[in-house]
Amino acid sequence: MMLIECPVCKEKRPELEFRYAGEAHIARPEDPDALSDQEWAKYLFIRSNPRGTHFERWVHAHGCAKFFNAVRDTVTDKFVMTYKCGEARPSPEQIAERQS
Amino acid sequence: MRYSVRSLFANALSGHKNWPEQWPDATPKKSYDVIIVGAGGHGLGAAYYLASKYGVTNVAVIEKGWLGGGNTGRNTTIIRSNYLYDESARLYDHAVDLWDGLSQELNYNVMFSKRGVLMLAHNVHDVQSFQRHIHANRLNGVDNQWLTPEQSKEFCPPLDISSQKRYPVMGGALQKRAGVARHDSVAWGYARAAAQLGVDIIQNCAVTGIKRDANGAVEGVETEKGFIAAKKIGVSAAGNSSIIMNMAGLDFPLESYPLQALVSEPVKPIFPCVVMSNSVHAYISQSDKGELVIGAGTDQYLSYSQRGALHIIEHTLAAICEIFPIFKRMRMLRSWGGAVDVTPDRSCILGKTPVQGLYVNCGWGTGGFKATPGAADLLAYTIAKDEPHPINAPFTLERFTTGRLIDEAAAAAVAH
Amino acid sequence: MSQYRRTKKGRVDSRQQISFSFDGKTYQGLKGDTLASALLANGVHLVGRSFKYHRPRGIMAAGSDEANALVAFDRGEARVTPNMRATTLELYDGFKAQSQNNWPSLNFDVTAINDRLSAFFPAGFYNKTFMWPKSFWDKVYEPAIRATAGLGPAPKAADPDKYDANYTHCETLIVGAGPAGIAAARAAAKKGGRVILVDEQGELGGSLLSAPDQKIDGQPAWDWLAESLAELDAAENVTLMPRTTAIGYYHDNFLGLAERLTDHLPEDAAEGPRERLHRVWAQEVILATGAIERPLVFAGNDRPGVMLASAAQTFLNRYGVAVGEKIAVVTGHDSAYKAAFDLSDADIEIAVIVDCRAQVDQKLIAEAEKRGISLRTGHTVTATKGRHRVKSITINKVNGDQVDPAGETLECDALIMSGGWTPSVHLWSHSKGSLQWRDDIAAYVPDKPNENAICVGACNGDFGIGAAMAAGAKAAGGDHTFDVDDTWPWTGAGTLEILPTHRDESRIKAFVDFQNDVTAKDIRLAVREGFKSIEHIKRYTTTGMATDQGKTSNLNGLQIAASALGRPVPQVGLTTFRPPYTPTTYGALAGNNGGAAFDVVRKTSIDGWAEEHGAVFEPVGLWRRARYFPRDGEDMHQAVAREGKATRDSLGIFDASTLGKIEVVGPDAAEFLNRMYTNPWTKLGVGRCRYGLMLGEDGYIMDDGVIGRLADDRFHVTTTTGGAPRVLAHMEDYLQTEWPDLDVWLTSITEQWAVIALNGPNARKLIEPFVEGVDLSSDAFPHMAVRECKVCGIDARLFRVSFSGELGFEINVPAHYGRALWETLYAAGQQYDITPYGTEVMHVLRAEKGFIIVGQDTDGTVTPYDAGMSWAIGKKKKDFVGKRSLARPDIVAEGRKQLVGLMTKNPKTVLEEGAQIVMTPNQSIPMEMVGHVTSSYWSETLGHSIALALVADGHDLKGQTIYVPMPDEMIEAEIVDTIFYDKQGEQLNVF
Repeated sequence: MMLIECPVCKEKRPELEFRYAGEAHIARPEDPDALSDQEWAKYLFIRSNPRGTHFERWVHAHGCAKFFNAVRDTVTDKFVMTYKCGEARPSPEQIAERQS
Repeated sequence: MRYSVRSLFANALSGHKNWPEQWPDATPKKSYDVIIVGAGGHGLGAAYYLASKYGVTNVAVIEKGWLGGGNTGRNTTIIRSNYLYDESARLYDHAVDLWDGLSQELNYNVMFSKRGVLMLAHNVHDVQSFQRHIHANRLNGVDNQWLTPEQSKEFCPPLDISSQKRYPVMGGALQKRAGVARHDSVAWGYARAAAQLGVDIIQNCAVTGIKRDANGAVEGVETEKGFIAAKKIGVSAAGNSSIIMNMAGLDFPLESYPLQALVSEPVKPIFPCVVMSNSVHAYISQSDKGELVIGAGTDQYLSYSQRGALHIIEHTLAAICEIFPIFKRMRMLRSWGGAVDVTPDRSCILGKTPVQGLYVNCGWGTGGFKATPGAADLLAYTIAKDEPHPINAPFTLERFTTGRLIDEAAAAAVAH
Repeated sequence: MSQYRRTKKGRVDSRQQISFSFDGKTYQGLKGDTLASALLANGVHLVGRSFKYHRPRGIMAAGSDEANALVAFDRGEARVTPNMRATTLELYDGFKAQSQNNWPSLNFDVTAINDRLSAFFPAGFYNKTFMWPKSFWDKVYEPAIRATAGLGPAPKAADPDKYDANYTHCETLIVGAGPAGIAAARAAAKKGGRVILVDEQGELGGSLLSAPDQKIDGQPAWDWLAESLAELDAAENVTLMPRTTAIGYYHDNFLGLAERLTDHLPEDAAEGPRERLHRVWAQEVILATGAIERPLVFAGNDRPGVMLASAAQTFLNRYGVAVGEKIAVVTGHDSAYKAAFDLSDADIEIAVIVDCRAQVDQKLIAEAEKRGISLRTGHTVTATKGRHRVKSITINKVNGDQVDPAGETLECDALIMSGGWTPSVHLWSHSKGSLQWRDDIAAYVPDKPNENAICVGACNGDFGIGAAMAAGAKAAGGDHTFDVDDTWPWTGAGTLEILPTHRDESRIKAFVDFQNDVTAKDIRLAVREGFKSIEHIKRYTTTGMATDQGKTSNLNGLQIAASALGRPVPQVGLTTFRPPYTPTTYGALAGNNGGAAFDVVRKTSIDGWAEEHGAVFEPVGLWRRARYFPRDGEDMHQAVAREGKATRDSLGIFDASTLGKIEVVGPDAAEFLNRMYTNPWTKLGVGRCRYGLMLGEDGYIMDDGVIGRLADDRFHVTTTTGGAPRVLAHMEDYLQTEWPDLDVWLTSITEQWAVIALNGPNARKLIEPFVEGVDLSSDAFPHMAVRECKVCGIDARLFRVSFSGELGFEINVPAHYGRALWETLYAAGQQYDITPYGTEVMHVLRAEKGFIIVGQDTDGTVTPYDAGMSWAIGKKKKDFVGKRSLARPDIVAEGRKQLVGLMTKNPKTVLEEGAQIVMTPNQSIPMEMVGHVTSSYWSETLGHSIALALVADGHDLKGQTIYVPMPDEMIEAEIVDTIFYDKQGEQLNVF
C-alpha cells in the first residue's frame, strides 16, 4: 500500500485514506457550449495515460477531504511530489530535481 | 508437423527429439502488407485469421516482450457472452462460437472447457439486473438462465446459500456454454498456426514510432530492430495501446489500471464451474491442475507496474471466504498483476482510426480474454476489408464524441 | 529410541516422547521434532507422491523449500490443511497427518502408471492431444484430466477457526533470524527505534541451529544464540516473531507478515486466532533471508533418500536424526563436505563423496582422508536404484567432456547432494530491487534497491557466518564485528546444469522441479519447440510453478535452459518473483473481514423498531431497509397490498432516514446548486423545496432528490439512498477543483437526521398536535414547503413533500430522537389505523405516480429527455454539469429509449421487471428489442398491474401495442402515460 503525502494535512498517510480522482490539470471549459463535439469529447474522455510521469488528482477522503494534485511515476508507482489544487503544474526541472 | 495421435506416439518412441519449433523466431523483413503490434492472443489471432480467412499472409506480429506475456497470460480465463446490450452480446457470442472448435481449427488444444459461468445475485437490484440480462439474452439467442439459490448450490456445491449472510445468495444467472480455457495455449496455438501460414512473429522488438506519409497515412513502424514498412498497421497492445496510438499522433480515451489475480495450491477437484460475484468482487474457478484461480479487483490508480496492493488481495479473499467458507483454509500460492486498458464506457474500441491504415483493438478492460478469437477475427476482417464488420461497427472511437456509448457496467450500476 | 536417533545431538528433548500418526500408523517422536525429522528418525523416507507421474518421493529439504514431502495436516474433519510441508510441521502429542495424491495407498499407488507412460506425457503434451474426436473433450478427456488433477485433498467443511489481522509500524523490520538477522536486530535495538525480527521457523536462529560446533566471540553458537535472543527479548523496543513469514514486500516499505499461532499446539491447547496477518510499515527493512541449497540434476535424483546435504546436516545437528546409516554424497560445492564430516563424526558411515569437480580444496581432501572417507573427484552419478528408497548409486568417471560408461555401483541408504546455493532474493524482488548475476556463485544477487531495504548475509551472496553477522550489524548502524571461525572453503561449481552422463539424455529422468515432475529433458524439449523466453519455458514445462514456487528448481532450470539456448544466463533472464514467499492461508488474508464484519450494515435509529415488528429487510447499498411488515402469515404480495391501501386510504408511516442528506451552505450556495443540478435555484424562496435532477458530465442522470431552502444561504439537499457518498464526492470535486471561488461549504448530514415520512389523507391530522410554530394549513404550508420547527419538542426540519402522491410530510429530527418520535407518532396514529410500510410499498406508490427511481428506471444511459423530465431543466441556464453533453448528436438522435408507462391487455398480468419489449410478436431469434420493463407492480389501489418501461422513441408511441415475449407466452401491453394514479395531483391537498 502506497504512502501518500497530503499537502493539506502535511502528513504521509496510507493509500486507504485516499481516493484516486483521475488525471489532473484538465480544466472544465469556461463555456462548454462554445466547444465542438470533438473538443467536448476530448475534455470528457481523452486522457494522456503515460508510461512515466503522470499528473493526477487524489482526494484525502478519510482525512481532510481535500482534493490535491500529485506527480507520480506510473511505471514505478512512486510519488514524486504532491501539491495543492490551484498550484501550477510542476515543471520538468522541478520534477527532475525531486527525483534526483 | 501436425499434432495427431500418430505424431505423438512416434515422437514418444524417438525421445521427443524431432518436434519442430512451434513458431520460428523471425527476422523482420523490410516490409509487410500488414503489421500487428502486440503478440497477445488478440494480435496473434488477428494475424492467423488474416492469413487463414482473409488471404493476407505477408503479415508480421511485433512484440516488445515475449508472446502471450501480457494480459493473455495473466488473466483468470473466464469466457462468457451473456452481455446485456445487443452489440456486446453479438460481439462476445461471436467469440464463443469461435472458441468452440478452436482447438481443432488450430490443431492445438486450448482446453476450452464449457463448465458454465454462474453470476451471483446478492440483492434485489442484482436480481432485477440479471433478469434483464436473461430476458435480453434469450431474445438474442444467447444462453443464460436463472437459478434459485438452491439450484445455484446444486450447480456449485461449495456455495454457502444461507440467508443470514451479509451478502446472501439470492440466485444466479448461469450461462452453460461459458467456461474457461488455458490462456497460454491460446497464444501459442495462434502463434503456431499463424507461423505455419507464413506469418512472421518477431519478439523482443519494441515499437518506438509509427511513420506516416505526407497524407497522414501510415508507412510503417520504427522498432528496436529498425524500420519495418507496412501500409496497414493493427494495434492490439492492451495496457500499452494509448502509448502506441500516441506515436501516430492520436490521443485515446484510455486509462491503464493494475489488475491482480491469484491461484491457490492445487487440491483435488472441488469446484466444478466458474462463479462470479460482481457485488463482492469475487471471480473463481478451479484449473485442470487443481488450483483455485481467483480474480481480484483493480487498484484505483493508473499504473503500468503490473503490481498491485495487498489490500486488494485481502478484500478479494475475504469475499471468497464469505461466499465459500470451506475455502478459508486454502492457501494462496501466487499472486500477480497486469495492466488493463479501460475506456470510459468499459467497452472495447475495435475498428478503424482517424489515421489511414491504422486499426485498433483496445480498451477491453478486465474482460479481454473471453473475446480473444472474436476480437482477433474482427480486427483481421477490418484490416483486410478496410471497413468494420457489422459486429464491431458499433465499437468505434467516434462513439465518445457522438455519445453512443455501450455501457454495460452503468446498466448494472447500483443505486436507489 | 530408533536406530536413526542420535540422542546426543540436536535440540530435541529426548525426555519428552510424543506420539503422532502418519497415514494412520502411530510413531514416536520427540519434543522439538518436525514431522519430517520424526519420520526420518523412524526410518520413514517415503512420504509422498509427485504431481504428474506419482513417483515415490521422500524428504529433500529441512525447511520451507521442501518440494516433495507434502502432507495433509489433520486436526479434524473441518481442519484438514492440504499440501503442508512435513519439514515445517512442528510435532505435538496427538499430531496427525496423511500422505496425499495416491490411490489406494502411498506404498501402492495405481496412478503411478503415469510414470511408466511418461514418454507420452512430456511437457506441454496436453496442447498436442485430446482433440479427436471433438466431442470427446467435454465428455471424456477433460473430466478424466480433472479427476486426476490436484495434489492434496479438497476441503470438506467450513473452517471453524478464527483469523486476525492488524497494522503495525516499526523503524526497523528484519526478516530472517539467522546470524545476520540477529546481529542486525541487536544493533538496531541499540538505536532505540522499534525493531521487529521475524522468522518463518518455530525457533529463531536460522543456520546457527544447525551449527552447534560454531564459535562466536569465543562462545559456542548455541550459547551465543540463547544470550542474544534473551537480550532481544528483554529489550522493550524489540518484538520477536517466530512462526511468522514475510509473505510479500509491497510499495513504500509495506510488508505482509503471516504469523501462525496455533498449528504447533495440541488441538485442545489452541486458543484464539489460528493465524494473524500483520501489515507492517517499516522505515527500513533488513533482509537476512539466507540462501537455499540447490539439488543436483541427474537421473534418479528424486528417489526417497536423496536429499540436500544441508538438510541431512540439519536433521542431524538440530533434530538428532541420522537420515541413513550409509550415506553417499554427491556435490559440486564445498558445503556438502562439512555436512559429510558432521555425519561421519556422528558415526554415520559415509559411503563415498562424489565430487563432479576435478579439483578440490586441499583442506577438504585432508579432512576426508582423516575420516577415512572415500573421495571421488571428477566423477558423476549416472543412476540411482531403489523402489521406495535409494539403495544404490552408480558413479562414473568424467574425462574432460566424456563420461566413462563403465560405472561403479555403490550401496547406500541415503544420498545427499549439493549443487551450490541460491540467495533468497524473493522479497527483495517483490520490492522491485534489481538483481545482478554472479558467475562465481552461479546465482542472482541484489543490485540496486527500490525501497529503503538492504540485503545482508547469504541472501546478498555473502556466505560465511562471520561476514553475514558483520553485514547485519552494519546494516542496522552497528559496527560490531564478530570473531567467528568460518574458514571452511565455500566455493562450488554452481554452473553445473546437469551432471554429466553417458546415457541418452532423452531417456533419463533427471528432475529439476521435483513436485511438478519437470525434468531436464522437458526443458530442452521446450527450447527445441521454440520456447526461448524463460517465462515461456516456465509456463510450457511448469518448472517453478509448484507449491514451492521454484525455490530449489528455478536456478537449475534457468541454467539448463541457458545451455540449451546457447546463451549466458543473464541473457536468458529470470522469471518474476511473486508474493507470497510461501503459501498463505486465505483466512489470514481475509483477516477479521468475515461474517458480520465483512461489510458494515448501516441501520437507521428506527431499525430496531422495525425488527421488533417483524419487518422483512432488504439491503440497499450498505443500508438495510425494511421491505415490508407482514402480519400473521401474509406473504409479500398480501402485505404490500395492505400497506399500500392503508396509506392511500388513511395513513402510512415510513422510515426514510437512509435518504442521503447534504447541507449546502454559503453565500454562493444557490449558484453552486445551479451548476450542479439541471434545475434553477436562484429564485427558489426560503421555506420552499424543489425536485432536483443531477447529471454526470456525460449528460446521463446520476441522482435526484428534493432540495429545500432553509435560508438564503442554506439548502438541505437530499439524495438517493445509495447515491449519497457519490453525490457528495461529485459536489466536492467541482467545488474544490473547478469553482474554488464559490463561497460554499458542503456537509454530509445523512446520519445526523432521522427521517419519518407520513403519507395519506390523515397525515396532517396526525402531526398537527405535535408541531410547534408552523401553521400547517395548505396556504401557509403548501406542498413543497419546508420549515425549521419543533415536533414533540424536538428540533426538526419539517418538509411537506410526497413520494406517494398522497398528502405527505417528512419530519427530520436529530437521529437519536428518531425512534422516540416514531413511537410517539405510531401510538397517536392508531386512531387513523396508521400502517408502517416498507420500501416495496414506497416503490409501488411512487410508480403509480410515475416517479422514477434512479438506478431502476434509469441505468446510467438515460438523459433527462429520455426520462421525460425536460421540465426539470432550467431553460435559461447557460451551463450546468452535463448540459453540453445533452447536445451531442447521438443524444438528440431518434431512436433513444424513452420512459413510458405500460398497461397490460390483461389487467391481472404483472410484467417481469427486466423483461424485453418488441414491436412485432412473430419474430425469430434474434429478435429486435426496442426496450425493457424497468418497474412493474400490482396496483391494489387501481386494481390492475402497472409498469414503467424504456422504449425506443416511446414518447411518440402512446396508445401503441407492444409485446413482451416470455418463455411461455407473448404478453401484450399498451404504451401509456407514466402517471397512473391521480393525474391531477388532487390527493396532495386532501385535508
